[in-house]
Amino acid sequence: MNGASIVQKHQNLEPVHLGQKDIPLVELPIGTIKPQFKISNLKVSYGAKEVLHGVDLDVFANVVTALIGPSGCGKSTFLRSLNRMTEVVRGTQVEGEILLDNENVFRMDVVKLRRRVGMVFQRPNPFPKSIFDNVAYGLRINGHHDSLSEAVEHSLRRAALWDEVKGQLHKSAYALSGGQQQRLCIARALAVNPEVLLLDEPCSALDPITTAKIEELLFQLKSSCTIVIVTHNMQQAARASDFTAFLLDGQLVEYQSTRKLFTTPSDPRTEAYITGRFG
Amino acid sequence: MNLHSGWRKFLNAFMLGLTAIFAFATVSVLFLILGYLIYHGGKNVNWSFFTELPKPVGEQGGGMANAIVGTAKLLSVALLIGAPAGIFSGVYLSEFGGKAPNFFVRYMADLLNGVPSIVIGIFAYAIVVLPAGHFSTLAGGFALGVMMIPIILRSTEQFLKAVPRTLREGAMALGASKWRTILTVVVPAAASGIITGIMLALARIAGETAPLLFTAFSNRYSSPGFNEPIASLPVMIYTYAIGPYQDWHEQAWTAGLVLLGLVFVLNVATRLVFARKTAAAR
Ligand SMILES: Nc1ncnc2c1ncn2[C@@H]1O[C@H](COP(=O)(O)OP(=O)(O)OP(=O)(O)O)[C@@H](O)[C@H]1O
Ligand SMILES: [Mg+2]
Repeated sequence: MNGASIVQKHQNLEPVHLGQKDIPLVELPIGTIKPQFKISNLKVSYGAKEVLHGVDLDVFANVVTALIGPSGCGKSTFLRSLNRMTEVVRGTQVEGEILLDNENVFRMDVVKLRRRVGMVFQRPNPFPKSIFDNVAYGLRINGHHDSLSEAVEHSLRRAALWDEVKGQLHKSAYALSGGQQQRLCIARALAVNPEVLLLDEPCSALDPITTAKIEELLFQLKSSCTIVIVTHNMQQAARASDFTAFLLDGQLVEYQSTRKLFTTPSDPRTEAYITGRFG
Repeated sequence: MNLHSGWRKFLNAFMLGLTAIFAFATVSVLFLILGYLIYHGGKNVNWSFFTELPKPVGEQGGGMANAIVGTAKLLSVALLIGAPAGIFSGVYLSEFGGKAPNFFVRYMADLLNGVPSIVIGIFAYAIVVLPAGHFSTLAGGFALGVMMIPIILRSTEQFLKAVPRTLREGAMALGASKWRTILTVVVPAAASGIITGIMLALARIAGETAPLLFTAFSNRYSSPGFNEPIASLPVMIYTYAIGPYQDWHEQAWTAGLVLLGLVFVLNVATRLVFARKTAAAR
């Protein structure tokens, strides 16, 4: 299901409740989109320093949700909580509840969780292996050894990289350009067919053409995947996302359909941020 | 003012000259050693030196085939003991250990590195030779292997630490367990560095004599298997150099040259591995 088209098609919009009580409601048709992640009162601290102070937010299935906010407000931290990558950093405490399809992620097997919830990092981080082995990595560690080449090709096609690398799958991934490496990382995450794809500023190191390719990719992926993307680029959030959440100092300020947030934000701080008056 | 700047220029030139003199003196020591070795030992480097056993006292000619094979076997045993122990401890230090255990292990490794090699020889004598009742390749390889551990441990730790955190996170985000991540991503990424450390450790122990004197001892003949005394180049050099015969002295020089060649080959091979790796990373 395609969230953007739903938002646009339905005329008789009814309000649906998104997250915290004091956060403005969004006009959306009830029952047409379902929440995939339900996050309530999420608090994360690194050692003694609390960086997320109780965030409530529902992430909807098969739409693109953008996370915006000034540097250091906790966007990456929020994203990393969703697949429990916060646990990788020593001394991190996470409180609150995160439900994925009504199942508590903290009680799930972390390997299964991360298979369902893939992640692409801010800077491309291909493994020092061949292009093929990079994409096949997730499949191999999950015990799949049959028809790897079809799966690799399929993922590379989905990540819009196939045509550029098809003759040279055994070359080192380090021989690719930055933009190609980032798409390789997307292909690597897609290979295990995640239900959710988390992207942490995936375009920050990329040129406009590659960025456009990746945005196009997000649009196509929506049919099979839920996408959460952190971005510092307001135009990108406005272009590529269906919903936008604005975080400030570890708190959720506003969560709206992207169109509404960028045209008629209900919080003055949101307006100040998206018009570039701070942050 | 003029005087002042003149003095400063002089001082500059003087210090530059002084450091250069010392640098070149250091380098020339190496060349002196090399020249001396080639001068005395070069003329005896021939086929039979590598293929024949030592001749009985009084007879001319003969070679050190047994000692060359012996050194190779001792180094192999040392490698089989030192490399796994060093690599696994390095992985522990870099990936698992907490502050206190890491400090302890690192400190102990540094101490082990500082233990005189003859003491390690006595240690190997006490725990391998005495119980077995005889000298052996295993005992000698064990002593050398123990000496390799701290070197490999520290270099492994450093190269693993240099692997970016983002690579580990990439693997974990795909659902890899910590062990899986280390085994399939971190160690391969650091592999050339780890191998470099191992080769440097090998080069470092290849010339050790003291720990072999009471472990591998020596052998006038070839030593089959791993359970008998065995000849090695360093111990041969030692024995032949202090022997009373002129042709022994010459053979000792030749053995020194061959040993140096071996260390040199190990060093160059290390650089080559490194150069290839840096080229691939670009
Ligand atoms: N491993 C860590 N240890 C301690 N503090 C951390 C750690 N990671 C992040 N922080 C702190 O947590 C806060 C939120 O960091 P986070 O990376 O989530 O911000 P962000 O919104 O993603 O910023 P940016 O836009 O710059 O990427 C920051 O103040 C940061 O200094
Ligand atoms: Mg961030």
